[in-house]
Amino acid sequence: MSTIGYDSWAVDLADVGAVYPFQGTEFVMVIIAVVLWIAWQIWAIRNENADIQHDIDVADMKKHIKEEVDRY
Amino acid sequence: MGNNLDALTTVFTEFYYWVTVVFMFLIHVGFCMYEVGASRRRNHLHTLMKNTMLIPLVTITFFYFGWWIYFAFPAWPMSINWEAAAPYAPWSENMGTHLGDRLTGVFWAAFLLFSWTAASIVSGSVIERIRSGAFWILAVLIGSFTWIIDAAWGWHWDGWMVHILGYHDAYASGVIHAIAGGFALGVLVVLGPRIGKFADDGTPRDIPPHNTWLVTIGLFLIYTGFWGFYAACNVPIISPSGIDGLITGETWTATNIYLGPTTLSAITFNFLMSLSGGLMMGYMVSKGDAFWTYSGGLAGIITASAGNDLYHPIQAMIIAGIGTWCAYKLHFWVERKFKIDDAVGAVAVHGYAGFIGLVICGFVLWGAPSSPYDGYATVNPLGQFAGAIIMFVVLGFIPAWICSKILNAMGLLRVPKEVELLGLDFSTDEAYEAAVAEVQSAEKAGL
Repeated sequence: MSTIGYDSWAVDLADVGAVYPFQGTEFVMVIIAVVLWIAWQIWAIRNENADIQHDIDVADMKKHIKEEVDRY
Repeated sequence: MGNNLDALTTVFTEFYYWVTVVFMFLIHVGFCMYEVGASRRRNHLHTLMKNTMLIPLVTITFFYFGWWIYFAFPAWPMSINWEAAAPYAPWSENMGTHLGDRLTGVFWAAFLLFSWTAASIVSGSVIERIRSGAFWILAVLIGSFTWIIDAAWGWHWDGWMVHILGYHDAYASGVIHAIAGGFALGVLVVLGPRIGKFADDGTPRDIPPHNTWLVTIGLFLIYTGFWGFYAACNVPIISPSGIDGLITGETWTATNIYLGPTTLSAITFNFLMSLSGGLMMGYMVSKGDAFWTYSGGLAGIITASAGNDLYHPIQAMIIAGIGTWCAYKLHFWVERKFKIDDAVGAVAVHGYAGFIGLVICGFVLWGAPSSPYDGYATVNPLGQFAGAIIMFVVLGFIPAWICSKILNAMGLLRVPKEVELLGLDFSTDEAYEAAVAEVQSAEKAGL
């Protein structure tokens, strides 16, 4: 019993193909991976929006902008 | 692997592409240094992270669908080749640890590094005012979708542009550079210039890089990675029977992506001579400006790249000089005329130089075979010009403009004016200064 389909390397490698664990679940893994990607994109946009709003809320605009522009 | 020669060829090819991938990583290191150097101090980290995070996002999406597109879309939209693309779908066994397939992973990675490059070219143009979330969507659009469509059409031995137009673009003047330049322009038109870039009367102002040294070292690293890029565009070794085309005899050879013969020696000659032509013209036309001299070297290589598998080195040098001169002049003309703020000149260095390189290639290689197979159009000026339009406008400018319009309508494209002035690193800098102050006061309390 092995997650990769082989529990010994006493084989002719010419007959060996895929050796990653849980073969047969590729399609499910792809669906999970695509969901993770889209979720990450949404999180990143929300996080950036919150960050921008935070800057607007906390900055003393006149003072900080002058300081930052002078810093170049 | 049937015999020892087959085994050696396979393992050599596997190692060859792996080495090119490592070299090409330097392109991205260079782009990051270049962009950070070009940005102002208050935007450093935003600029860096915007570019860095395109790496994972383009990588995973290129795994999910980009690689499959390359094999499925050579004749799209007329047809989709489901059968040829099946091994490259993300759920295929070949897209994983597979002892019977030693090439798919490294070949995928070589193309992936091109994908990063396409997105990274755009990244520099839009610094200091684009939202990262918007840029990452645009990066996936070009890195995992539009560029790989152009590769399927015009950078694949069976692509319809090669068949019908005789399109020839051995080292990607169009398929990477013209499309990325056109894409950047499409974003910039919607995004608008940085605050202060243009005076009230429309006169452009220079916004100097905060660290010219970092910018130029970044460009040096891009040159270095470009060596790997050139090698990655070749098939390193193949027999005439492996090509299965019209080539006769038993002479094994390296080929370009169309399986037409070339040598690593030829492209080494031409890479260096086109780099030199670009550097000399860049220095001359900009009167010794460091940024434009280095950019000129890059523009020179990009201009000559379409035909650098076959050009004579002196031809490569002269073509590089012509492209660099045109790119420089066009950059400032477009800036003045259309108020386009391209922070690093990427539209010119990649887009205009790539476009011009394709057209020049059509004249210089006129009548040369575009493929070792029968029934393909030969290289010609009209086919190359049509190809340049497809790359720059159809797959570059238009998708970028549409996507940017949508993002802009949703309020997701550009940061608010006050945040742009404040600097995109404001909260990070505040946190840094607060942490420093706290540590300093704790240390002083112990005195």
